[in-house]
Amino acid sequence: MAVTDAPKLITARFDQEDAHTLAGYESSGGYTALRKALGSAPDAVLAEVKAANIQGRGGAGFPAGTKWGFLPPDVSPRYLVVNGDESEPGTYKDRLLLERDPHQLIEGVLIASYAIAANQAFIYIRGEMPFAHERVAAALNEAYAAGYIGRDIMGSGWSLDVVLHWGAGAYIVGEETALIESLEGNRGMPRLKPPFFPAVKGLYMQPTIVNNVETLSNVPWIVNNGGAAFAALGTDESAGTRIFALSGHVRRPGVYEVEMGKTTFRDLIEAPVYGGGIRNGRGLKAFIPGGASAPWFYEEHLDLPLSKATVDKAGSMLGSGAVVVMDETTCPVRAALRVVRFFAHESCGKCTPCREGTNWLEKIMHRIEEGTGRADDLDLLLDVSDNLSPGIAWPPRQTTICPLGPSAVSPVASSIRRFRDDYVAHIDQGRCTHD
Amino acid sequence: MTDIAENGTEAVRGVAVTLNGRVIDAQPGELVINAAERAGVYIPRFCHHPRMQPVGMCRMCIVEIDTGRGPALLPSCMIPVAEGMVVETESPVTRKAQDGVLEFLLVNHPLDCPVCDKGGECPLQDQTVAFGPGESRFVEEKRHHEKPIAISDVVQLDRERCILCDRCTRFAKTVAGDPLISFVNRGNETEVNTFPDHPFASYFSGNTVQICPVGALTATPYRFKARPWDLDQVESTCTSCSVGCRVAVESSSNQLVRYLGVDVDAVNWGWLCDKGRFDFEAVNSENRLARPLARQGDDLVEVSWSDALTKAASALGGAKERHGSSSIAVVGGARLTNEEAYAWSKLARSVLGTDSVDAQMGDGLPSDVVLGLPRATIDETCAAGTVVLLGPDLKEELPILYLRLRDAVVNHGLNVIEISASQTSMTRYAAVSLRYRPGEAAVLVQELFEHAGDVDVQADLGRARALLEANNVVCVLGRPSVAERADSVVQAALRLRSRVPGMRFLSALRRANIHGALDMGLSPGMLPGRVSLEEGREVFTEAWGQLPGSVGLDTAGVLRAAAEGRIQALILVGADPLADFPDRDLARRGVAGAGFVLAVDCFATDSVRQADVVLPAVSYAEKAGTTTNIEGRVSRLHQKVTAPGTTRPDWMIACDLAERLGGDLGFETAEAIWDEIERLAPAHSGLTAQRLASSEGLEGIVAAGPSSILETTMDVTATATLPVDGYSLRLVSTRKLYDNGTLVQQSPSLAPLAPGEVVRANPADLDRLGVASNDRVRVASSRGAVVAPVEADAAVARGTVLLAFNQSGSGAADLIDVSLPVTEVRVETVGIGDREVSG
Ligand SMILES: Cc1cc2nc3c(=O)[nH]c(=O)nc-3n(C[C@H](O)[C@H](O)[C@H](O)COP(=O)(O)O)c2cc1C
Ligand code: SF4
Ligand code: SF4
Ligand code: SF4
Ligand code: FES
Repeated sequence: MAVTDAPKLITARFDQEDAHTLAGYESSGGYTALRKALGSAPDAVLAEVKAANIQGRGGAGFPAGTKWGFLPPDVSPRYLVVNGDESEPGTYKDRLLLERDPHQLIEGVLIASYAIAANQAFIYIRGEMPFAHERVAAALNEAYAAGYIGRDIMGSGWSLDVVLHWGAGAYIVGEETALIESLEGNRGMPRLKPPFFPAVKGLYMQPTIVNNVETLSNVPWIVNNGGAAFAALGTDESAGTRIFALSGHVRRPGVYEVEMGKTTFRDLIEAPVYGGGIRNGRGLKAFIPGGASAPWFYEEHLDLPLSKATVDKAGSMLGSGAVVVMDETTCPVRAALRVVRFFAHESCGKCTPCREGTNWLEKIMHRIEEGTGRADDLDLLLDVSDNLSPGIAWPPRQTTICPLGPSAVSPVASSIRRFRDDYVAHIDQGRCTHD
Repeated sequence: MTDIAENGTEAVRGVAVTLNGRVIDAQPGELVINAAERAGVYIPRFCHHPRMQPVGMCRMCIVEIDTGRGPALLPSCMIPVAEGMVVETESPVTRKAQDGVLEFLLVNHPLDCPVCDKGGECPLQDQTVAFGPGESRFVEEKRHHEKPIAISDVVQLDRERCILCDRCTRFAKTVAGDPLISFVNRGNETEVNTFPDHPFASYFSGNTVQICPVGALTATPYRFKARPWDLDQVESTCTSCSVGCRVAVESSSNQLVRYLGVDVDAVNWGWLCDKGRFDFEAVNSENRLARPLARQGDDLVEVSWSDALTKAASALGGAKERHGSSSIAVVGGARLTNEEAYAWSKLARSVLGTDSVDAQMGDGLPSDVVLGLPRATIDETCAAGTVVLLGPDLKEELPILYLRLRDAVVNHGLNVIEISASQTSMTRYAAVSLRYRPGEAAVLVQELFEHAGDVDVQADLGRARALLEANNVVCVLGRPSVAERADSVVQAALRLRSRVPGMRFLSALRRANIHGALDMGLSPGMLPGRVSLEEGREVFTEAWGQLPGSVGLDTAGVLRAAAEGRIQALILVGADPLADFPDRDLARRGVAGAGFVLAVDCFATDSVRQADVVLPAVSYAEKAGTTTNIEGRVSRLHQKVTAPGTTRPDWMIACDLAERLGGDLGFETAEAIWDEIERLAPAHSGLTAQRLASSEGLEGIVAAGPSSILETTMDVTATATLPVDGYSLRLVSTRKLYDNGTLVQQSPSLAPLAPGEVVRANPADLDRLGVASNDRVRVASSRGAVVAPVEADAAVARGTVLLAFNQSGSGAADLIDVSLPVTEVRVETVGIGDREVSG
């Protein structure tokens, strides 16, 4: 089994008791990358991050260096926004990064802001993560006191202010434009892209880079060790290591930093240092490879490497890095219903297809699971899905504003395609066949 | 890419877009939905509104758009055209997506069309009938909400019908600047609602009803009054104030039932204020005067037109004969059409022989200033380098002008310098807001240019000076308060003009057709077409036969003369000095002192009840003609319903009176009057009836520029007025949109919205005077006293008190003496004992 000997880049301090304090962080090499970055030109720092070829860890997997390069030159002010709204079911890696190594993120924020010439950064933390909030707040205070944040940082002449913002409890605010709206004090509803690409028209209509917590937590390592060293890990296409949050019917649920491209789903689920296999020795029914929005995978996908390109090609995504395992006893209808209910509940309501469609899907799924489904319900489910996400294709098309609506289609379409018999049995027998 | 077109202007070459296989010529920057519509392809829509930023929310307008990377379903209301773009509005993919959206919109929609006000003119209903699935695939229970809830006094919301298109909420927030309605809750539970204890009390709320694409928002005055297919409609111009908003007047069974804003670029962009939108109720009112009345002792009794006219004519003729023409005066006329104002102007000058005519009620500005200053249109004002506001609270008096200026500030960076005695609704949008002591506007302007004034305002004065350096400065000029004389405001304006080269002006006088009335010569010393009595003497003597020899009196002068027994016949043309003149004591003495009072009106107002003969006039929407707005823009009015009883149009009444007096105005129709105006009035030359009726006239045509009438001999050094003593405060009296006037009070939906009488003062002053907020106070001037509750309000400048004009209660008019430059008052709590004494 391919448990590689790649170093732990961002979870290295997870076992260090005092890593969350400035002293603890500095004692293990903290803020050396910042010093190094400030000693070189912003462009040089940007070049390192580009060379690292690090893909965003928030879900879309867009290369961070390329994104930073999209900022129109000479437009200021410009902002860096850290997306710490982590709420995709099964995803809980950012929370640990925030709680256990907040300075690592802050150092990443400092370096990124320097590279993109921002003087103002925002850290947006999900409302249900008070401990993370507390830890980051304390770390920010220490960093300010130590002169890492503030005016004329370490004599560089460059200044940065960091604002910590606490979310109010909506999944959709993880979507970057909704997060920006929320930061501005508006309802958390996505903006349309185009024209509101954050890099061009973001926070307060100024150029804005939104990055995930994990993405930025990698930056100090990249600066210290060089972009090439990062790119040397993983594969050409998916570089570096990545944290996966494993949950569901495994023996050892948890977060694991693994080398990308060289580790497979099977490794992650079965290796004793990772998932340790399915609990009670049962067989696999299905697994979600990258968060609730991702189409489901099955037995035949276990040996796919954890690489963006491969998983995309196989019809799903690594998404937010949440792998959810369902053993053979799982009722696929009930499992899909749970996921659909989540999206219906989290729909922001801005656009018609998602507001009405996700709910409708939930209602149909609910009656099938309850035993009052109708013969033509499967066609109806698929047609409603098609009206949210035309063609039910991958990557998904959408009649909606943002990808949340089509996300509700993934579990429905996946489960019907694979487990049509289970659905038919529910409808025919008028009950859940897994009770 | 630009070409020089034949006429020399730059013509922009279009963007080539392939629409359903056909290449169309779109304009650069144009949205796909609009480009398609111009090319004859209508893409269905709900959230898109041409006067608001697109939000792309309803998704009804999604079509396949290919910009080179393959077709994608995109909202055509959000995507600007691009060269080579391929758009498919009828492809199977587009069709399926749009059908899907329509079905989604309907899954929770009650489809209670038969009992819905929108039924018959509802895009959702139409879409459903045309393209909708015959049968619902949604078998679950629909979303339920309590059916309609009142979100304000005039607007009701049925949340079940709402399709959450964000039009109303977007309007409230971005257009009106009154973000009092909002989406609440999330996802499937999302609804539009108000915030707890904050109703949607916006002067512009009716617009949301008009733009709601479904029957979710309804207006109380219209609910269940008519079905769309029973409605008759004509286009007209609102005359509830002088902005001149274009409006579609709708009736059913000869009753006015609804006004809708008509979108014209130059003026109102489709919006109306709620007063303009709902005061049609006054036209329908049961209380309208329907037959002539004549005095019999203490009573006014119905008489025939013949008797009434004979009586009036004999009184007028007698006065002229025995006391001379200068013993006759005509007050009022701002309510008239241009044609009617002209007829009255002609009657007064050529038949009655008097120049004591005045359409202003002592709350305006000298007519040579209004007519003589170089003008700017609303568009020009909004596009100005800097705008100086020296006038009333625009939101209260000229609501749609407020919306236009607000838009210019918020969306186009217009810089506004406000010069006012108290904060107004524009203060928050002003780049600089300067306070002057009531009566001392000119002093402030002098300080501005002489770098004088208190240290704490130096920074503001400096910023204002810098802004006045801009090219193209426009001053919006009106009367900031009726508790100070107009002089100082005029001086301030003239001083600004002399210091700011090229400055132009936009009038902010509020009365309906006051600008038309002044244009027609309803002002002492003025003749039709913005010429003075002397300038026009030759032409008009020839045309009219005779003209008065010298300049007559304005309204204040008339009332003073009447009080002294020098006016034998006072004609009130839609004028109610007892309620509407700033100085009630003078108005009372004037009306009582006039030998004979003839009133021409639609309602039995306080003043009408004092008249000897009352002639009932037809009202708005009962007559055709033209009206002139603040810009001098002339637009057409149309008749929609027949007038009650035996009421006659005012021009006809003027003709009838002329005839009884042995004269002849020479008019058989209102059209004939316009032809004479066009022929004789210099400012209106070329403004033919034909042009006004053409497409050019749809948004009205601005009558040519000012004449040379402005000869100011105003005092150039401004002087401060000394306060009487340390305890006195200066009164500021302004109007609220909803007041005690007939239009509002005779409209049952609007009458309760008048805020009533409240005294406002700065908390620091109240502290100093030992008065607590909410106390009942006695406000006393040299003229009289008013008792009303007081509210502490930091928006009121120190040293002043604010009391709205013409609210229920005794009112500011009891305090004001128009012969004084300012109104000094004392404010004290009314003790229990006082009340016993008075009570
Ligand atoms: C419905 C939805 C939810 C999302 N939630 C998150 C989230 O919780 N955290 C996150 O980092 N990105 C989330 N994203 C992705 C963000 O929009 C954005 O792509 C990301 O923050 C960019 O950072 P990265 O480039 O570093 O990945 C979400 C996207 C969608 C459409
Ligand atoms: S797809 Fe759903 S979450 Fe996204 S904007 Fe539309 S309603 Fe909101
Ligand atoms: S009430 Fe009408 S205008 Fe407002 S969101 Fe609902 S449908 Fe749109
Ligand atoms: S602003 Fe004036 S003209 Fe326009 S609708 Fe209101 S009252 Fe009528
Ligand atoms: S009209 Fe374009 S999305 Fe609503």
